[in-house]
Amino acid sequence: MVPKPIIQLAGITKTYKTGEVEVHALIDVDLVVESGEMVAIMGPSGSGKSTLMNVLGCLDRPTKGSYLFEGHEVATLQKRELSALRLSAFGFVFQGFQLIARTSALDNVALPLVYADVPSGERRKRAEVALGRVGLAGREDHTPAQLSGGQQQRVAIARALVNRPRLILADEPTGALDTRTSVEVLGLLQSLHKTGITIVIVTHEPDIAAYAARRLVVRDGRILCDDKQVPHDAAADLAALPEKAA
Amino acid sequence: MNAVASIIPLAFGALRRNRMRSLLTSLGVIIGVSALIVTVASGEGAKAILEEQLATLGTNLLIVLPGSSTLGGARGGPGSGKPLTHADLLAIVKGVSAARYAAPVDRTVVQVVLDDQNWLTTVNGSTPEFFAIREWTVARGRFFNSSESDSGAKVCVLGQTVATQLFGVGDPLGQVVRVKAMPCEVVGVLVSKGQSSQGQDQDDLVVMPWVTFKSRMMSQDRIHVGSILVSAVSPDEVSHAQTQVMGILRQQHRLSEAQLDDFTVRNLADLAATQEKAADAQTGMLRNVSAVSLLVGGIGIMNIMLVSVTERTREIGIRLAIGASENKVLLQFLVEAVVLSAVGGLVGILLGIGGALALASTMGWPFVLSPFWIFVAFGISMGIGVVFGFYPARKAARMNPIDALRFE
Repeated sequence: MVPKPIIQLAGITKTYKTGEVEVHALIDVDLVVESGEMVAIMGPSGSGKSTLMNVLGCLDRPTKGSYLFEGHEVATLQKRELSALRLSAFGFVFQGFQLIARTSALDNVALPLVYADVPSGERRKRAEVALGRVGLAGREDHTPAQLSGGQQQRVAIARALVNRPRLILADEPTGALDTRTSVEVLGLLQSLHKTGITIVIVTHEPDIAAYAARRLVVRDGRILCDDKQVPHDAAADLAALPEKAA
Repeated sequence: MNAVASIIPLAFGALRRNRMRSLLTSLGVIIGVSALIVTVASGEGAKAILEEQLATLGTNLLIVLPGSSTLGGARGGPGSGKPLTHADLLAIVKGVSAARYAAPVDRTVVQVVLDDQNWLTTVNGSTPEFFAIREWTVARGRFFNSSESDSGAKVCVLGQTVATQLFGVGDPLGQVVRVKAMPCEVVGVLVSKGQSSQGQDQDDLVVMPWVTFKSRMMSQDRIHVGSILVSAVSPDEVSHAQTQVMGILRQQHRLSEAQLDDFTVRNLADLAATQEKAADAQTGMLRNVSAVSLLVGGIGIMNIMLVSVTERTREIGIRLAIGASENKVLLQFLVEAVVLSAVGGLVGILLGIGGALALASTMGWPFVLSPFWIFVAFGISMGIGVVFGFYPARKAARMNPIDALRFE
């Protein structure tokens, strides 16, 4: 049996109404992403890439078209069913970290597990493991304010992978980070990719898109180009970068 | 259930992160609930005092007084009309099935003398039933008995005040005092009843047999009776006894259908009911005021929850985006509101009990607070949390996660 693609979009259109004006954020988009791919979606602001990301992440429903996730139609699901799907299959890394303030890293990471009704003992164990995977073991009790930007982003990544998702969506994951920290974060995403998780990164920086094996460019609501490339290796690049000034 | 249990710590966490605000929000409920508790407790305390005072008069008590006469348009008070007679008393004893006891009472104010001490007091002439009707007990000695009563023995029972005024700390039992020049042996001292609800000293009295009183204090008149006390067999039978007494007296006095009563029957239960009603009305009014303050407290909770929901828009966006269901977000905010109001309710109950205790001790009331009102107060505060927390919680749950995440 041929495995079904994890994402299969056909004729996806998203139209917003702002007063009398209709804005076509996505126009007739077709896209297939195979399970295990690492894809970068690029485009200037207003191109529709955020809308595409929201539709892919089941945060928003398309106006028209079909979205098969692992072969199942999700474009017509109810809000409640979409929530359940996001909880079980998706990991999100939002723009600007989006951690809950004055709450420990451990509790932030464990949050999806609370909503998935995982018992508290197991929640703690899995959140500790996830923090360990992003290199933050020992920082469980730190609140976001006590962590650097790169560390906060790693907490966000730990939260995205704690519920063992099949797909991680990262929206501008390096937006507020310096070059070295950006490469570190990309290295982390690449290592997760190697474990078999499909990864979609939304970015406007070509440097960042270079770390994905496939690059989509979105403009005016359409996919302008879709090409394969040899991705940069974040681990190697990191070694080449000068050490951060103390 | 596990789902609910895992949401509750989230709510507590959010409240802990905003301690000061949580406290201020609860303050409305705290004040409302403690006001309610103090009101209810002081109402119940006042009522208990009232009941205690009425009980010292003797429960189930009817007082039969002679009627008033009208002379040339001027109406006299009780006693100015046709007097009651000993025959009336006997008829009541015989004919009123709802009565347990009946006793004649005549009284006069005289000087009571012991050696070089003397005291002006009210001397009552009655029968041993008097003590049963008024629910008196003796502190020392005994009441006079029926044979002493019938034979007109020169014995008397002193009220506490009279005993203290004449004997100080000495023992009055067996001593002879002179009551209006008549030597009289003290056989008992009554237990103190304190002041009546009208402020009279109920212990300032001497009781002697009615026959003795009539022959020695009055001019040998053994026919007329100043007033008659009747006690009903039970509180429920008081009005029945009253009807029977009135019927018998009308018969005794040979009144025709057209004639008005020439006597008065006072029912102390009615008096008690009136006083209690007045006290209840006051308490009820104060209770309404505290209910209004509770309502204001509830609106305060809603206000702060709405502010909180707006302020935490991004947090709500995160929760919804990672897959929290609307129900769970709703539940979390509802639990926050209920915890605020329930904790406010508990603190309010404690403060209210403290306030009521302080008030009771300053006012000299007994502290009475039925558990019923504690449950009511707690229930109301929980209810306030649910009612006033629901709208903000629903607002949080219905947010669009994409917009919420972008909220600045």
